[in-house]
Amino acid sequence: MKSLILRDLKLAFRSGGGFALTLAFFLIVVMFVPFGVGANLELLSRIAPGILWIGALLSCLLSLDRIFQLDWEDGTLEALATSPIPLSGIATAKACAHWITTGLPITIAAIPLGYLLNLPTDAYTWLIASLALGTPALSFIGAFGAAITVGIKRGGLLLSLLVLPLYIPTLMLGAQVVATGTQNPAQLLALVAAISLLSIALIPPACAIALRANLR
Amino acid sequence: MSLWEYANPAKFMALSGRILPTLTIGAAVLLFGGLIWGFFGTPADYKQGSTVKIIFLHVPTALMAINAWIMMLVASLIWLVRRHHVSALAAKAAAPIGMTMTLIALATGAIWGKPMWGTYWAWDPRLTSFMILLVFYFGYLALWEAIEDKDTAADLTSILCIVGSVFALLSRYAVNFWSQGLHQGASLSLDKEQHVDNAFYFPLLVCIGGMVLLFITLVLVRTRTEIRARRLGALRAREV
Repeated sequence: MKSLILRDLKLAFRSGGGFALTLAFFLIVVMFVPFGVGANLELLSRIAPGILWIGALLSCLLSLDRIFQLDWEDGTLEALATSPIPLSGIATAKACAHWITTGLPITIAAIPLGYLLNLPTDAYTWLIASLALGTPALSFIGAFGAAITVGIKRGGLLLSLLVLPLYIPTLMLGAQVVATGTQNPAQLLALVAAISLLSIALIPPACAIALRANLR
Repeated sequence: MSLWEYANPAKFMALSGRILPTLTIGAAVLLFGGLIWGFFGTPADYKQGSTVKIIFLHVPTALMAINAWIMMLVASLIWLVRRHHVSALAAKAAAPIGMTMTLIALATGAIWGKPMWGTYWAWDPRLTSFMILLVFYFGYLALWEAIEDKDTAADLTSILCIVGSVFALLSRYAVNFWSQGLHQGASLSLDKEQHVDNAFYFPLLVCIGGMVLLFITLVLVRTRTEIRARRLGALRAREV
Protein backbone atom coordinates (compact mmCIF):
# COMPACT_ATOMS: atom_id res chain seq x y z
CA MET A 1 0.00 0.00 0.00
CA LYS A 2 2.85 2.33 0.83
CA SER A 3 4.48 1.65 -2.50
CA LEU A 4 1.16 2.31 -4.21
CA ILE A 5 0.89 5.71 -2.55
CA LEU A 6 4.51 6.47 -3.47
CA ARG A 7 3.90 5.42 -7.05
CA ASP A 8 0.86 7.70 -7.33
CA LEU A 9 2.77 10.57 -5.77
CA LYS A 10 5.67 10.12 -8.20
CA LEU A 11 3.26 10.04 -11.11
CA ALA A 12 1.56 13.19 -9.91
CA PHE A 13 4.81 15.07 -9.44
CA ARG A 14 6.63 13.91 -12.54
CA SER A 15 4.00 13.68 -15.24
CA GLY A 16 3.24 17.32 -15.90
CA GLY A 17 2.09 18.21 -12.43
CA GLY A 18 -1.54 17.61 -11.60
CA PHE A 19 -0.36 19.18 -8.39
CA ALA A 20 0.60 22.59 -9.79
CA LEU A 21 -2.49 22.66 -12.02
CA THR A 22 -4.76 22.25 -9.02
CA LEU A 23 -3.12 25.12 -7.19
CA ALA A 24 -3.22 27.35 -10.26
CA PHE A 25 -6.90 26.60 -10.63
CA PHE A 26 -7.49 27.39 -6.97
CA LEU A 27 -5.73 30.74 -7.40
CA ILE A 28 -7.78 31.58 -10.48
CA VAL A 29 -11.12 30.72 -8.83
CA VAL A 30 -10.27 32.87 -5.83
CA MET A 31 -9.00 35.66 -8.07
CA PHE A 32 -12.22 35.65 -10.08
CA VAL A 33 -14.41 36.45 -7.12
CA PRO A 34 -13.24 40.07 -6.72
CA PHE A 35 -13.60 40.40 -10.50
CA GLY A 36 -17.18 39.23 -10.17
CA VAL A 37 -18.37 40.98 -7.02
CA GLY A 38 -16.08 44.00 -6.91
CA ALA A 39 -13.03 44.79 -4.81
CA ASN A 40 -14.94 45.93 -1.72
CA LEU A 41 -12.67 44.73 1.10
CA GLU A 42 -15.45 44.57 3.67
CA LEU A 43 -17.63 42.41 1.47
CA LEU A 44 -14.66 40.22 0.50
CA SER A 45 -13.67 39.61 4.10
CA ARG A 46 -17.25 38.51 4.84
CA ILE A 47 -17.49 36.05 1.94
CA ALA A 48 -13.83 34.91 2.07
CA PRO A 49 -14.46 31.68 4.06
CA GLY A 50 -17.09 30.53 1.58
CA ILE A 51 -14.98 31.44 -1.43
CA LEU A 52 -11.91 29.65 -0.10
CA TRP A 53 -13.95 26.54 0.70
CA ILE A 54 -15.74 26.52 -2.66
CA GLY A 55 -12.41 27.13 -4.39
CA ALA A 56 -10.83 24.22 -2.51
CA LEU A 57 -13.78 22.01 -3.39
CA LEU A 58 -13.70 22.86 -7.11
CA SER A 59 -9.92 22.44 -7.35
CA CYS A 60 -10.31 19.08 -5.68
CA LEU A 61 -13.03 18.13 -8.16
CA LEU A 62 -10.79 19.03 -11.07
CA SER A 63 -8.23 16.33 -10.37
CA LEU A 64 -10.63 13.55 -9.34
CA ASP A 65 -10.83 11.79 -12.69
CA ARG A 66 -7.08 11.19 -12.48
CA ILE A 67 -7.46 8.95 -9.44
CA PHE A 68 -8.55 5.86 -11.37
CA GLN A 69 -8.97 6.89 -15.01
CA LEU A 70 -5.39 6.50 -16.25
CA ASP A 71 -4.84 3.23 -14.38
CA TRP A 72 -8.11 1.98 -15.81
CA GLU A 73 -7.15 2.87 -19.36
CA ASP A 74 -3.75 1.19 -19.37
CA GLY A 75 -4.90 -1.86 -17.42
CA THR A 76 -2.95 -1.14 -14.24
CA LEU A 77 -6.15 -1.21 -12.27
CA GLU A 78 -6.89 -4.79 -13.33
CA ALA A 79 -3.38 -5.80 -12.31
CA LEU A 80 -3.86 -4.09 -8.98
CA ALA A 81 -7.20 -5.83 -8.50
CA THR A 82 -5.48 -9.20 -8.71
CA SER A 83 -2.81 -8.17 -6.20
CA PRO A 84 -2.99 -9.36 -2.58
CA ILE A 85 -4.12 -5.94 -1.36
CA PRO A 86 -7.93 -5.79 -1.16
CA LEU A 87 -9.63 -3.33 -3.50
CA SER A 88 -10.72 -1.15 -0.61
CA GLY A 89 -7.05 -0.87 0.40
CA ILE A 90 -6.19 0.23 -3.12
CA ALA A 91 -8.95 2.82 -3.01
CA THR A 92 -7.66 4.07 0.35
CA ALA A 93 -4.12 4.37 -0.97
CA LYS A 94 -5.28 6.26 -4.04
CA ALA A 95 -7.48 8.60 -2.03
CA CYS A 96 -4.55 9.27 0.33
CA ALA A 97 -2.27 10.05 -2.60
CA HIS A 98 -4.95 12.36 -3.99
CA TRP A 99 -5.17 14.14 -0.65
CA ILE A 100 -1.41 14.61 -0.46
CA THR A 101 -1.32 16.09 -3.95
CA THR A 102 -4.43 18.29 -3.64
CA GLY A 103 -5.88 18.61 -0.14
CA LEU A 104 -2.58 19.36 1.55
CA PRO A 105 -1.30 21.97 -0.95
CA ILE A 106 -4.75 23.57 -1.03
CA THR A 107 -4.71 23.93 2.74
CA ILE A 108 -1.33 25.62 2.62
CA ALA A 109 -2.16 27.78 -0.39
CA ALA A 110 -5.33 28.97 1.33
CA ILE A 111 -3.22 31.12 3.68
CA PRO A 112 -1.86 33.56 1.06
CA LEU A 113 -5.18 33.44 -0.78
CA GLY A 114 -6.88 34.39 2.47
CA TYR A 115 -4.79 37.59 2.48
CA LEU A 116 -5.98 38.34 -1.05
CA LEU A 117 -9.56 38.11 0.17
CA ASN A 118 -8.93 40.15 3.31
CA LEU A 119 -9.82 37.30 5.63
CA PRO A 120 -9.96 38.52 9.27
CA THR A 121 -6.72 37.67 11.08
CA ASP A 122 -8.32 35.58 13.82
CA ALA A 123 -9.95 33.35 11.21
CA TYR A 124 -6.70 31.86 9.85
CA THR A 125 -6.34 29.21 12.53
CA TRP A 126 -9.88 28.04 11.88
CA LEU A 127 -9.34 28.18 8.13
CA ILE A 128 -6.28 25.94 8.25
CA ALA A 129 -7.86 23.61 10.79
CA SER A 130 -11.11 23.25 8.86
CA LEU A 131 -9.39 22.71 5.52
CA ALA A 132 -6.87 20.27 6.98
CA LEU A 133 -9.62 18.25 8.63
CA GLY A 134 -12.19 18.66 5.85
CA THR A 135 -10.18 17.98 2.69
CA PRO A 136 -9.65 14.26 3.48
CA ALA A 137 -13.43 13.90 3.20
CA LEU A 138 -13.28 15.64 -0.20
CA SER A 139 -10.59 13.25 -1.45
CA PHE A 140 -12.31 10.10 -0.22
CA ILE A 141 -15.78 11.10 -1.44
CA GLY A 142 -14.18 12.13 -4.71
CA ALA A 143 -12.45 8.77 -5.02
CA PHE A 144 -15.87 7.15 -4.68
CA GLY A 145 -17.26 9.29 -7.50
CA ALA A 146 -14.19 8.49 -9.60
CA ALA A 147 -14.60 4.76 -8.93
CA ILE A 148 -18.22 4.88 -10.07
CA THR A 149 -17.58 6.81 -13.28
CA VAL A 150 -14.29 5.15 -14.23
CA GLY A 151 -15.88 2.97 -16.89
CA ILE A 152 -17.87 5.76 -18.49
CA LYS A 153 -16.53 7.53 -21.54
CA ARG A 154 -16.62 11.30 -21.08
CA GLY A 155 -17.73 10.83 -17.50
CA GLY A 156 -16.28 14.11 -16.25
CA LEU A 157 -19.52 16.03 -16.10
CA LEU A 158 -21.37 13.10 -14.56
CA LEU A 159 -18.60 12.82 -11.97
CA SER A 160 -19.25 16.41 -10.86
CA LEU A 161 -22.99 15.82 -10.73
CA LEU A 162 -22.49 12.76 -8.52
CA VAL A 163 -19.79 14.12 -6.26
CA LEU A 164 -20.92 17.69 -5.62
CA PRO A 165 -24.12 16.73 -3.75
CA LEU A 166 -22.02 14.47 -1.53
CA TYR A 167 -19.76 17.44 -0.74
CA ILE A 168 -22.64 19.52 0.66
CA PRO A 169 -22.33 18.69 4.38
CA THR A 170 -18.54 19.15 4.38
CA LEU A 171 -18.83 22.52 2.65
CA MET A 172 -21.66 23.73 4.88
CA LEU A 173 -19.91 22.91 8.13
CA GLY A 174 -16.38 23.65 6.93
CA ALA A 175 -17.17 27.16 5.71
CA GLN A 176 -19.23 27.78 8.82
CA VAL A 177 -16.22 27.05 11.04
CA VAL A 178 -14.28 29.90 9.42
CA ALA A 179 -17.16 32.37 9.13
CA THR A 180 -17.10 35.33 11.50
CA GLY A 181 -19.73 35.38 14.20
CA THR A 182 -19.95 31.61 14.48
CA GLN A 183 -20.88 30.80 18.05
CA ASN A 184 -18.98 27.63 18.64
CA PRO A 185 -16.45 26.92 15.88
CA ALA A 186 -14.70 24.13 17.78
CA GLN A 187 -17.89 22.10 17.87
CA LEU A 188 -18.41 22.55 14.12
CA LEU A 189 -14.77 21.68 13.52
CA ALA A 190 -15.31 18.43 15.39
CA LEU A 191 -18.25 17.71 13.10
CA VAL A 192 -16.11 18.38 10.02
CA ALA A 193 -13.52 15.96 11.36
CA ALA A 194 -16.32 13.47 12.00
CA ILE A 195 -17.42 13.67 8.38
CA SER A 196 -13.84 13.03 7.26
CA LEU A 197 -13.50 10.04 9.57
CA LEU A 198 -16.86 8.70 8.42
CA SER A 199 -15.77 9.05 4.79
CA ILE A 200 -12.47 7.31 5.46
CA ALA A 201 -14.30 4.43 7.14
CA LEU A 202 -17.27 4.14 4.82
CA ILE A 203 -16.03 5.08 1.36
CA PRO A 204 -13.27 2.51 0.63
CA PRO A 205 -15.62 -0.52 0.77
CA ALA A 206 -18.10 1.36 -1.40
CA CYS A 207 -15.26 2.17 -3.81
CA ALA A 208 -14.36 -1.52 -3.88
CA ILE A 209 -17.91 -2.49 -4.85
CA ALA A 210 -17.98 0.17 -7.56
CA LEU A 211 -14.57 -0.82 -8.95
CA ARG A 212 -15.47 -4.51 -8.93
CA ALA A 213 -18.67 -3.77 -10.84
CA ASN A 214 -16.70 -1.74 -13.36
CA LEU A 215 -13.96 -4.34 -13.75
CA ARG A 216 -16.38 -7.21 -14.35
CA MET B 1 -44.40 -19.26 0.13
CA SER B 2 -42.36 -16.20 0.89
CA LEU B 3 -42.00 -12.64 -0.28
CA TRP B 4 -38.88 -13.58 -2.23
CA GLU B 5 -40.93 -15.60 -4.70
CA TYR B 6 -42.02 -12.32 -6.25
CA ALA B 7 -38.40 -11.66 -7.11
CA ASN B 8 -39.14 -13.99 -10.00
CA PRO B 9 -40.13 -11.59 -12.79
CA ALA B 10 -42.90 -13.87 -14.10
CA LYS B 11 -44.48 -14.17 -10.65
CA PHE B 12 -44.04 -10.45 -10.10
CA MET B 13 -45.74 -9.66 -13.41
CA ALA B 14 -48.66 -11.94 -12.59
CA LEU B 15 -49.19 -10.54 -9.10
CA SER B 16 -48.71 -6.89 -10.04
CA GLY B 17 -51.03 -7.33 -13.03
CA ARG B 18 -53.68 -8.73 -10.70
CA ILE B 19 -53.52 -6.01 -8.05
CA LEU B 20 -52.91 -3.01 -10.30
CA PRO B 21 -56.57 -2.26 -11.16
CA THR B 22 -57.58 -2.27 -7.48
CA LEU B 23 -54.60 -0.11 -6.54
CA THR B 24 -55.31 2.37 -9.33
CA ILE B 25 -58.96 2.73 -8.33
CA GLY B 26 -58.00 3.01 -4.66
CA ALA B 27 -55.40 5.70 -5.39
CA ALA B 28 -57.85 7.66 -7.56
CA VAL B 29 -60.71 7.47 -5.04
CA LEU B 30 -58.58 8.41 -2.04
CA LEU B 31 -56.67 11.16 -3.80
CA PHE B 32 -59.66 12.79 -5.49
CA GLY B 33 -61.83 12.27 -2.43
CA GLY B 34 -59.19 13.66 -0.09
CA LEU B 35 -58.39 16.64 -2.29
CA ILE B 36 -62.07 17.53 -2.83
CA TRP B 37 -62.77 17.09 0.88
CA GLY B 38 -59.71 19.15 1.69
CA PHE B 39 -60.37 21.94 -0.78
CA PHE B 40 -64.13 22.32 -0.30
CA GLY B 41 -64.97 20.61 2.96
CA THR B 42 -62.59 22.37 5.34
CA PRO B 43 -62.85 25.90 6.75
CA ALA B 44 -60.35 28.59 5.82
CA ASP B 45 -57.64 29.16 8.43
CA TYR B 46 -58.09 32.30 10.52
CA LYS B 47 -54.65 33.57 9.65
CA GLN B 48 -53.72 31.91 6.40
CA GLY B 49 -57.10 32.08 4.67
CA SER B 50 -57.69 29.54 1.94
CA THR B 51 -53.97 29.24 1.10
CA VAL B 52 -53.71 26.71 3.92
CA LYS B 53 -55.39 24.17 1.65
CA ILE B 54 -52.23 23.67 -0.36
CA ILE B 55 -51.19 21.51 2.59
CA PHE B 56 -53.26 18.69 1.08
CA LEU B 57 -50.88 18.53 -1.85
CA HIS B 58 -47.70 19.77 -0.20
CA VAL B 59 -47.47 17.42 2.77
CA PRO B 60 -48.27 14.14 0.93
CA THR B 61 -45.85 14.87 -1.92
CA ALA B 62 -43.09 15.93 0.48
CA LEU B 63 -43.64 12.77 2.49
CA MET B 64 -43.50 10.58 -0.61
CA ALA B 65 -40.43 12.40 -1.94
CA ILE B 66 -38.51 11.15 1.09
CA ASN B 67 -40.20 7.75 1.22
CA ALA B 68 -39.42 7.15 -2.44
CA TRP B 69 -35.73 7.57 -1.67
CA ILE B 70 -36.02 5.22 1.31
CA MET B 71 -37.75 2.68 -0.91
CA MET B 72 -34.92 3.03 -3.44
CA LEU B 73 -32.43 2.50 -0.64
CA VAL B 74 -34.14 -0.72 0.48
CA ALA B 75 -34.45 -1.95 -3.10
CA SER B 76 -30.77 -1.16 -3.72
CA LEU B 77 -29.73 -3.10 -0.66
CA ILE B 78 -31.83 -6.06 -1.77
CA TRP B 79 -30.21 -5.92 -5.21
CA LEU B 80 -26.69 -5.82 -3.80
CA VAL B 81 -27.34 -8.63 -1.33
CA ARG B 82 -29.67 -10.97 -3.18
CA ARG B 83 -29.25 -9.94 -6.84
CA HIS B 84 -32.98 -9.84 -7.65
CA HIS B 85 -33.41 -7.98 -10.90
CA VAL B 86 -36.95 -6.87 -10.07
CA SER B 87 -35.55 -5.05 -7.06
CA ALA B 88 -33.00 -3.08 -9.09
CA LEU B 89 -35.65 -2.22 -11.67
CA ALA B 90 -38.08 -1.09 -8.97
CA ALA B 91 -35.43 1.28 -7.60
CA LYS B 92 -34.88 2.61 -11.10
CA ALA B 93 -38.64 2.96 -11.58
CA ALA B 94 -39.14 4.87 -8.33
CA ALA B 95 -36.48 7.53 -8.95
CA PRO B 96 -38.30 9.75 -11.48
CA ILE B 97 -41.47 9.54 -9.39
CA GLY B 98 -39.57 10.59 -6.28
CA MET B 99 -37.94 13.42 -8.21
CA THR B 100 -41.34 14.62 -9.43
CA MET B 101 -42.74 14.49 -5.89
CA THR B 102 -39.77 16.57 -4.71
CA LEU B 103 -40.42 19.11 -7.44
CA ILE B 104 -44.13 19.30 -6.62
CA ALA B 105 -43.38 19.74 -2.92
CA LEU B 106 -40.90 22.53 -3.69
CA ALA B 107 -43.30 24.21 -6.13
CA THR B 108 -46.36 24.06 -3.86
CA GLY B 109 -44.22 25.28 -0.97
CA ALA B 110 -43.02 28.24 -3.05
CA ILE B 111 -46.58 29.09 -4.14
CA TRP B 112 -47.71 28.99 -0.51
CA GLY B 113 -44.63 30.81 0.71
CA LYS B 114 -45.14 33.91 -1.44
CA PRO B 115 -48.35 35.14 0.26
CA MET B 116 -47.45 33.76 3.70
CA TRP B 117 -43.73 34.37 4.16
CA GLY B 118 -43.54 37.07 1.52
CA THR B 119 -41.00 35.08 -0.46
CA TYR B 120 -40.99 32.14 -2.85
CA TRP B 121 -37.72 30.83 -1.55
CA ALA B 122 -35.70 31.09 1.62
CA TRP B 123 -32.56 29.21 2.61
CA ASP B 124 -34.38 27.48 5.40
CA PRO B 125 -33.14 24.06 6.59
CA ARG B 126 -36.18 22.15 5.34
CA LEU B 127 -36.32 23.93 2.01
CA THR B 128 -32.60 23.51 1.52
CA SER B 129 -32.78 19.84 2.41
CA PHE B 130 -35.37 19.35 -0.30
CA MET B 131 -33.23 21.15 -2.83
CA ILE B 132 -30.38 18.83 -1.83
CA LEU B 133 -32.64 15.80 -2.17
CA LEU B 134 -33.47 17.00 -5.67
CA VAL B 135 -29.81 17.10 -6.74
CA PHE B 136 -29.34 13.60 -5.29
CA TYR B 137 -32.20 12.42 -7.49
CA PHE B 138 -30.58 14.15 -10.48
CA GLY B 139 -27.27 12.39 -9.90
CA TYR B 140 -28.91 9.00 -9.40
CA LEU B 141 -30.99 9.30 -12.57
CA ALA B 142 -28.05 10.57 -14.60
CA LEU B 143 -25.96 7.58 -13.54
CA TRP B 144 -28.65 5.14 -14.69
CA GLU B 145 -28.70 6.86 -18.08
CA ALA B 146 -24.92 6.91 -18.48
CA ILE B 147 -24.10 3.21 -18.18
CA GLU B 148 -24.90 0.76 -20.92
CA ASP B 149 -24.43 -2.57 -19.22
CA LYS B 150 -27.58 -3.20 -17.18
CA ASP B 151 -26.07 -5.11 -14.28
CA THR B 152 -23.16 -2.71 -13.88
CA ALA B 153 -25.64 0.17 -13.92
CA ALA B 154 -27.73 -1.52 -11.24
CA ASP B 155 -24.63 -2.16 -9.08
CA LEU B 156 -23.28 1.34 -9.38
CA THR B 157 -26.60 3.11 -8.86
CA SER B 158 -27.29 0.92 -5.83
CA ILE B 159 -24.01 1.77 -4.17
CA LEU B 160 -24.52 5.43 -5.06
CA CYS B 161 -27.97 5.30 -3.47
CA ILE B 162 -26.57 3.85 -0.26
CA VAL B 163 -23.64 6.25 0.05
CA GLY B 164 -25.92 9.08 -1.10
CA SER B 165 -28.39 8.26 1.67
CA VAL B 166 -25.70 8.63 4.30
CA PHE B 167 -24.61 11.99 2.96
CA ALA B 168 -28.17 13.18 2.35
CA LEU B 169 -28.90 12.44 5.99
CA LEU B 170 -25.72 14.26 7.03
CA SER B 171 -26.77 17.25 4.93
CA ARG B 172 -30.19 17.21 6.55
CA TYR B 173 -28.62 17.76 9.95
CA ALA B 174 -25.73 19.92 8.75
CA VAL B 175 -28.17 22.54 7.45
CA ASN B 176 -29.45 23.03 10.99
CA PHE B 177 -26.05 24.43 11.92
CA TRP B 178 -25.98 26.56 8.86
CA SER B 179 -29.24 28.46 8.82
CA GLN B 180 -32.19 29.36 10.98
CA GLY B 181 -35.61 27.95 10.23
CA LEU B 182 -38.59 29.69 8.69
CA HIS B 183 -40.59 26.54 8.07
CA GLN B 184 -43.11 25.52 10.71
CA GLY B 185 -42.68 22.33 12.72
CA ALA B 186 -44.17 19.00 11.76
CA SER B 187 -47.85 19.16 10.78
CA LEU B 188 -48.36 15.55 11.71
CA SER B 189 -47.16 13.55 14.59
CA LEU B 190 -48.38 10.50 16.37
CA ASP B 191 -48.67 12.20 19.73
CA LYS B 192 -51.51 14.66 19.86
CA GLU B 193 -49.39 17.45 21.37
CA GLN B 194 -48.54 19.23 18.18
CA HIS B 195 -50.43 18.68 15.02
CA VAL B 196 -52.99 20.40 12.88
CA ASP B 197 -56.66 20.64 13.83
CA ASN B 198 -58.83 17.60 13.22
CA ALA B 199 -60.73 19.47 10.49
CA PHE B 200 -57.50 19.37 8.45
CA TYR B 201 -56.03 16.23 9.95
CA PHE B 202 -58.49 13.68 8.56
CA PRO B 203 -58.65 14.90 4.94
CA LEU B 204 -54.86 15.18 5.08
CA LEU B 205 -54.59 11.56 6.15
CA VAL B 206 -56.83 10.56 3.24
CA CYS B 207 -54.64 12.53 0.84
CA ILE B 208 -51.50 10.92 2.21
CA GLY B 209 -53.09 7.49 1.84
CA GLY B 210 -54.02 8.35 -1.73
CA MET B 211 -50.49 9.54 -2.49
CA VAL B 212 -49.00 6.35 -1.05
CA LEU B 213 -51.28 4.24 -3.26
CA LEU B 214 -50.52 6.45 -6.25
CA PHE B 215 -46.80 5.99 -5.65
CA ILE B 216 -47.12 2.20 -5.37
CA THR B 217 -49.26 2.11 -8.52
CA LEU B 218 -46.80 4.20 -10.51
CA VAL B 219 -43.80 2.20 -9.29
CA LEU B 220 -45.53 -1.07 -10.25
CA VAL B 221 -46.47 0.25 -13.69
CA ARG B 222 -42.96 1.56 -14.32
CA THR B 223 -41.33 -1.63 -13.04
CA ARG B 224 -43.53 -3.66 -15.35
CA THR B 225 -42.48 -1.40 -18.22
CA GLU B 226 -38.83 -1.91 -17.33
CA ILE B 227 -39.26 -5.69 -17.17
CA ARG B 228 -40.97 -5.70 -20.54
CA ALA B 229 -38.26 -3.48 -22.01
CA ARG B 230 -35.66 -5.90 -20.66
CA ARG B 231 -37.49 -8.86 -22.21
CA LEU B 232 -37.75 -7.04 -25.50
CA GLY B 233 -34.04 -6.35 -25.40
CA ALA B 234 -33.32 -10.03 -24.71
CA LEU B 235 -35.55 -11.10 -27.63
CA ARG B 236 -33.82 -8.67 -29.97
CA ALA B 237 -30.40 -9.83 -28.84
CA ARG B 238 -31.41 -13.43 -29.56
CA GLU B 239 -32.44 -12.60 -33.13
CA VAL B 240 -29.22 -10.90 -34.11
